[in-house]
Amino acid sequence: MLEVNAINSHYGKAHILNDLSFRVEAGEVVSLLGRNGAGKTTTVKSIMQLVKPTSGDVLFENQRLNRMSPHQVAKLGIGYVPEERRIFTDLTILENLEVGRQPARDGMAAWNKERLFEIFPNLEERKHNRGKALSGGEQQMLTIARTLMGNPRLLLLDEPSEGIAPVIVEDMAKTILTLKKEGLSVLLSEQNLHFARIVSDRAVIIESGEKKFDGTFEELESNPEIRDAYLSV
Amino acid sequence: MSAVLEVRGLTKSFGGVLAVSNVSFSVAKAEMLALIGPNGAGKTTCFNMLMGQLPATAGDVLLHGEVITGMPPRKVWRRGIGRTFQITATYASMTVVENVQMALLSHHKRLFDVRRFAHRAYYDEAMQLLELVGMQTQSERACAVLAYGDLKRLELAIALAHDPQLLLMDEPTAGMAPKERIGLMQLTADIVEERQISALFTEHDMDVVFSHAHRVMVLNRGELIANGSVEDVRSDAQVQEVYLGGGSLFNEVAEGDHA
Amino acid sequence: MGLFIAQLLTGLANAAALFLVASGLSLIFGVTRIVNFAHGSFYMLGAFIGYSLMQVLPGAIGFWSSILLAGLAVGAIGVIVELLVLRPVYRAPELFQLVATFGVILVIQDLALMIWGAEDVLGPRAPGLKGIVRIMGEPVPQFDLALIAITPFVLFGLWYLISRTRVGILVRAATQDREMVGALGVNQSWLFTGVFFLGAALAGLGGAIQLPKGGADLLMDFNILASIFVVVVIGGMGSLPGAYIAAVLISVLNVFGVAYIPQSTLVLMFVVMAVVLTVRPYGLLGREEVAGEHGQVGEPEKPIKPAGNLARGLVALLLVLLACLPFVAEPFFTILATDVIVFCLFAASLHFLLGLGGMVSFGHAAYFGGGAYVAALLVNYASAPMELAFLMAPIGAGLLAVIIGWLCLRLSGVYFAMLTLALAQLVWSLVFQWDEFTGGDDGLVDIWPAEYLSDTTAYFYFTMVVGIGGILLLRHMAHTPFGYALRASRDSARQAEATGIHTKRIQWVAFTIAGVFAGLAGALFVFSKGSVFPVELEIAKSFDGLIVVFLGGVKTLSGGVVGAASLTVLQDFITRFEYWRLALGLVIIAVVIVAPRGIVGSIRAIAEQRFSRGEVER
Repeated sequence: MLEVNAINSHYGKAHILNDLSFRVEAGEVVSLLGRNGAGKTTTVKSIMQLVKPTSGDVLFENQRLNRMSPHQVAKLGIGYVPEERRIFTDLTILENLEVGRQPARDGMAAWNKERLFEIFPNLEERKHNRGKALSGGEQQMLTIARTLMGNPRLLLLDEPSEGIAPVIVEDMAKTILTLKKEGLSVLLSEQNLHFARIVSDRAVIIESGEKKFDGTFEELESNPEIRDAYLSV
Repeated sequence: MSAVLEVRGLTKSFGGVLAVSNVSFSVAKAEMLALIGPNGAGKTTCFNMLMGQLPATAGDVLLHGEVITGMPPRKVWRRGIGRTFQITATYASMTVVENVQMALLSHHKRLFDVRRFAHRAYYDEAMQLLELVGMQTQSERACAVLAYGDLKRLELAIALAHDPQLLLMDEPTAGMAPKERIGLMQLTADIVEERQISALFTEHDMDVVFSHAHRVMVLNRGELIANGSVEDVRSDAQVQEVYLGGGSLFNEVAEGDHA
Repeated sequence: MGLFIAQLLTGLANAAALFLVASGLSLIFGVTRIVNFAHGSFYMLGAFIGYSLMQVLPGAIGFWSSILLAGLAVGAIGVIVELLVLRPVYRAPELFQLVATFGVILVIQDLALMIWGAEDVLGPRAPGLKGIVRIMGEPVPQFDLALIAITPFVLFGLWYLISRTRVGILVRAATQDREMVGALGVNQSWLFTGVFFLGAALAGLGGAIQLPKGGADLLMDFNILASIFVVVVIGGMGSLPGAYIAAVLISVLNVFGVAYIPQSTLVLMFVVMAVVLTVRPYGLLGREEVAGEHGQVGEPEKPIKPAGNLARGLVALLLVLLACLPFVAEPFFTILATDVIVFCLFAASLHFLLGLGGMVSFGHAAYFGGGAYVAALLVNYASAPMELAFLMAPIGAGLLAVIIGWLCLRLSGVYFAMLTLALAQLVWSLVFQWDEFTGGDDGLVDIWPAEYLSDTTAYFYFTMVVGIGGILLLRHMAHTPFGYALRASRDSARQAEATGIHTKRIQWVAFTIAGVFAGLAGALFVFSKGSVFPVELEIAKSFDGLIVVFLGGVKTLSGGVVGAASLTVLQDFITRFEYWRLALGLVIIAVVIVAPRGIVGSIRAIAEQRFSRGEVER
């Protein structure tokens, strides 16, 4: 479904991604793991074309995304949930959802407010509240809901568990599993290995913008030296 | 032991949210002290309060026993703290050596001089500093065309221009290749040793932290949760959980799955 | 009491057009971050198009549909401008966008001249609303009451559009975070175009709806510009309710000002603004703008070094040739050369501020005209000798710059620019309205130099020494520690502050120095012409300076001077043609889009490509 092919990306003069390649298959949840500064966010942004890779290809359902603008990428069916959440704080929850709304896609049931409120009941209670009145966890839920309004087939989640309370992290895990059942593919950038393991099928580990591991969690378990080298002390 | 820098109960809240909460520590002479923690833990906020870029909500910062809280950065600098930035800040329209000369001109209080030419001022001193960081061969290049790692080294030279007592380095090796990282930190360690100054740095690369820091502090959600030697911090259970990659959690889950 | 009510009503009626135009500017800025200087031109077009339509369409229905159609037509013109001029420069630094919209002003001015002629047009009165109503004994035009009644509906309509429709939600979302809106699948380009349509249409509506009260003329574009800037700045950039409150405030104050302190109507507006901004720097309902690290305009400039011997020799040769001019050419050329040098000094002082300091001032004419007026007033009232008056001009201009600089430097970016413009307008309105002291529109005349300089040739040499001396001094300063500290403050205020540089103080001093040298140019000017008029303080004069610096090249030390020399000579040549503004406007737009480095910058870029020289400019 998604194919990242030897991409290099720069932030200003800093070389962040180095010949990075990996794939996400249809219906799969893949975790992108690595320490702070390893290049996870840049990877997600490079897929979304918010950062333009200087070389290499990003393919989505065999279409080349390079040179597209972010709105075209979104229209193709990639939903982006940024790390900083970036909800529209002056807009109400309902208005935030409206910004994300895009027409339904063939073969998939369209998301609407009612369906989303079933998954995120907290948001319904506060649907007329402005974004800035929400807690961190609610904001995180809202960004996901907002992106789902665009009926994406692939969801890019950038560090969804960061900075929110453990109870909410659990909700988040359930949500991702629900979305997977709905047929969505997910690429999840994470630092929390525990969380990643619960929700995803496969792990890609990067360090200094280079891929260091790509495989199942069972394989990762049998390679404690990789885990130690790139994820822990 | 007389501390170079002493921080007492430093606190910052943004609209009621505590970004840094009651942080206290001190930096000893000729010490390399690392401040680590997850993204958003409050490290940069802490640095910005130390240097005066952000006003503190509460608490005090003392340099050699003198309260510097609330001073603007330029005054803190004049009292002997030099800083490098997470995202490099250099004068893009000047050459490498001119960047250092600028800091020297400021140090010698010649900013309002309109008589002489600036490019001749303190040239030798500037070149010496560039030599110290290994940039002397690039002295006449435009700053805008430098490689990222070289910019970081240039920033270090600028930060050393006024012979500071303390260096604040915010993620000095971010965006550098692994080899460059070791080189830059070795250089910093040498300078600290040779000039008997102190360095406080934040860092994400644990290799860098554990091979160069004399002492490590861990910040999580604005609170200091550990402060001690490299060995102590590495083996601290809480630190491992919040930051160093959840190794223990991983094992827990792994075991749970087998059961 | 009756009079009071009547005046209040007049003020509210006047607020209608002002609000429409200002809200359009505010909307466009909120989403695109472009300060559309051509907004006054859209307003003027609305008036003229509305007038023409009213000639054709009869009756009350014709009148009101003319207003609506004028709005739609101007909206469509706005779309054309957005697509052709602004789209290519959205990613360019803000100065480029401003200069581009200034080019649009010139083009529209001449197009309007071609179509509607130079005569002022008296707007037809609204059919069915030609009479007056007596309110507590005082006459109030029916049309005023209609305007007062309509404005709330317009405000409500806009409010509904912005707060209740999908388009409005997208606009508000984009005002906060454009990139995120794009990442959610919304095509920003079309959103921008749509907002530009709406903003321009509102300006057009404003122009058409005020026809029965004010008519249409070719000066209305600049005349309203300062007012809408004031309204938007007082209300807060991007805030519709803020724009409404400010429009009402300004209009009502204006009416009362006319009644009770008729000499200060224009000044009053700027005083209110100064008070509001002192208390709330980002306007009544505005929000703090967090300025990024964007001091440099565009790509970083090349490191500079004092001129080498070759360059010095060339300059010396040029000066010798210039000095020979009176012997070989007609007197006309000597006068032209004097004008060129004066303008070059003015441009060099602005370049010092803008190029080296990164401070985009839109009100630099205040110091040029200010200096000229200081000298003229001293001669006129104190019968001061020319030498004294000449000396006091730059000092007076410098003092003015000290005050204005202090006020403006509390803000940054667009707010800084708009405040410099508004305060310069304050100076202009003071001079313009204080008839008995400054001569108002009639200016001050009979300001001649001392006996020994009265000859054209002698004054030319005097101008050469002072003017070129000033330019060289400014240039020298660029190479001194102070010039370096100024560039450092622009390149990275963060690093500068962290290495002991008090950036605001450096910038304040630089602002003052620029004012002093502009004042010096003003002094040279007033004694060469023997008179001074308020036009030397106008926005157009400030813009001339900006354009010259831009055309010459912001990034090059000699850009200001080369641009000024080229423009003065070019203007002297093309102003002989009727539609020279059109040509100049098109040239400016073309330069912005095709050669954004300016004359000197482009020549250098080409030379560097040819010879691929080193990185250091000499």
